[in-house]
Amino acid sequence: MAKKVKFLQGNEACVEGALMAGMTFYSGYPITPSTEIAELSAEKLPRIGGKFIQMEDEIAGIAAAIGASLTGAKAMTATSGPGFSLKQENIGYAALAEVPVVIVNVQRGGPSTGLPTAPGQGDLMQAMWGTHGDHPVICLTPDSVKETFDLTIRAFNLAEKYRTPVILLTDEITGHMREKIEIPDASEIEVYNRIKPNQGDEYKAYKVYDGDLVPKMADFGSGFRYHVTGLMHDETGFPSNSTKNAGVLMNRLMAKIEDNLDDLITYEEVEVADAEYLIVSYGGTARTAKAAIKTLRNEGIKVGLFRPITVWPFPEKQVAELSKKVKNILVAELNYGQMVREVERVVKGNCDVRHCGKANGEVLTPEELIRAFKEVL
Amino acid sequence: MNHPLAEGFFRMEKLPHIWCPGCGHGIIMASIARAIDKLGLDKDKVCIVSGIGCSSRAPGYMDFNTLHTTHGRALAFATGVKLANPELEVIVIAGDGDLSAIGGNHLIHAARRNIGLTTICFNNNIYGMTGGQYSPTTPTSEKGTTAPYGNIDKPFDITQLAIGAGATYAAKTTAYHVPQMDKLMEAAIAHKGFSLVEAISICPTYYGRKNKKGSAVDMMNFLKDSFIDHKVAEKLPPEKKEGKFLIGEFLNKVEPEYTEQYDKIIAQLKK
Ligand SMILES: Cc1ncc(C[n+]2csc(CCOP(=O)(O)OP(=O)(O)O)c2C)c(N)n1
Ligand code: SF4
Repeated sequence: MAKKVKFLQGNEACVEGALMAGMTFYSGYPITPSTEIAELSAEKLPRIGGKFIQMEDEIAGIAAAIGASLTGAKAMTATSGPGFSLKQENIGYAALAEVPVVIVNVQRGGPSTGLPTAPGQGDLMQAMWGTHGDHPVICLTPDSVKETFDLTIRAFNLAEKYRTPVILLTDEITGHMREKIEIPDASEIEVYNRIKPNQGDEYKAYKVYDGDLVPKMADFGSGFRYHVTGLMHDETGFPSNSTKNAGVLMNRLMAKIEDNLDDLITYEEVEVADAEYLIVSYGGTARTAKAAIKTLRNEGIKVGLFRPITVWPFPEKQVAELSKKVKNILVAELNYGQMVREVERVVKGNCDVRHCGKANGEVLTPEELIRAFKEVL
Repeated sequence: MNHPLAEGFFRMEKLPHIWCPGCGHGIIMASIARAIDKLGLDKDKVCIVSGIGCSSRAPGYMDFNTLHTTHGRALAFATGVKLANPELEVIVIAGDGDLSAIGGNHLIHAARRNIGLTTICFNNNIYGMTGGQYSPTTPTSEKGTTAPYGNIDKPFDITQLAIGAGATYAAKTTAYHVPQMDKLMEAAIAHKGFSLVEAISICPTYYGRKNKKGSAVDMMNFLKDSFIDHKVAEKLPPEKKEGKFLIGEFLNKVEPEYTEQYDKIIAQLKK
């Protein structure tokens, strides 16, 4: 089968990936620099019998996506900074009610309205801690157009498999950059669909049946009349005030992630085998890091890159291992220090950890990173 | 022996409900079930969506596809359900605070789209669940725990708000006027497009106590004496209408329904 070669923006690749993964529903509210995702979804979805709706705000955008998902649709919403803040309450809802949904945040600069057209990576911690209460989170970050395509598919697959919201955390750099990408044939792509109950079987909407990772999920309208709530609930899905029950539910939700780190965590390593120094970077900024490492290697400095692709759950084990082998870790990100805190936490003093970042809407240049690196040296 | 309606439409094992003695919400919930029964809807194809509040606990007791969402957002979730599967009969249950304060934006936009959702507002003029704070429908000068000196806000007329925003069916009734409520419920659910029934409820526990309205029976008597059908009112002399609130069907018109319009686009693109 001949591959389709396209010259796409990251945001366009996101929609192409979503459609490949089986997206049939999109609801959202326009915001730079994510808007192309809405525009392309609006154009493409009705062509395949899917649905697009521009809602009145971002809260409604994610709410409608969750509602659609409950009918069996694969649903996505995309946004940026201010809109991501508005979506937080319902991200927690989807986590507790275990409704698959994909939330794309094309990060832009600054707090508040900030720098709408400039890149930033200031929402890393918000992706993890933005909604209130303890909750499981899966968050993926691409560093290229092709990877945006791949990770959008993966985001849908993980949402379906783990019955949880999955955040695709891109940034203005990867969202608006154009690259050549080969779109694989549908037959080459692995698509995961949620497990549904069989007609006639006993069905408790929030019971994990033997051999399953999560409760089976019936489509609304398919004959299983069940209840969905954002209150703590028992196996039947009905609200329960029992603290014992709440503990069981919370443990199960957290364990979905914690017991499956090997399935969830992916990362890229560049030149780490003999590295004496390590740069940790992700998303668009990892491209800067890759360029910097090339230059530094040419100068004979043994430096490597560790790039988390799954940022939540954080690749703790991998970073901890590397920290035993290198003298220093420099974390490069477009913020005043977010991932660096995670790195410090897991490195536990094994090596020196520094941060290189800014949040003025500019990208980090390889020269800046090299300068920061040499200060460490 | 259980009532046949209860057996057929409620999750008996989830009863008794959480509502206070004398609360008006149960009367409205039962009316919704009777309308579904009367219309002969397939239970598997009915979806009831609510937000957060005393009223929003109703779906948990009802034997359909039920979705208890976040405060104010029921209409937004319901929009996703309906658009993704227009075959479902989607009914939204919301308190006055849920629907017209935190969820006000979703109300006007769902109405504007004329999407095929039926919204039943359980309007008790107060925030019941959180203990009696004033809501957007608390009458001016009445009291709430957060309006200890009397409310200086002007209240919303939710029915008129929905009409102004583009709803194609709108009616108001009360927890006392049950035969009327049953008819309006049925018409609203059968209606194609966005329909709203504002059902005046009573909250003896907070609204009643705070405003010295007497017992639940006294509050019911107030509904009985103060609300009249607007068609009846038309024929009455002005002195008989004074101080009365109008109820009944205020709007019933046909306009293109949102999900059908979307399906037309899909069909068009297939050609
Ligand atoms: C985002 C958010 N804000 C506030 C609350 C607290 N809260 C729960 S119910 C409610 C008001 C309920 O009043 P209403 O909608 O009129 O319904 P009622 O309880 O009177 O039936 C409030 C303020 C909440 N759950 N979520
Ligand atoms: S607090 Fe008021 S609205 Fe809530 S259940 Fe009691 S009487 Fe009903």
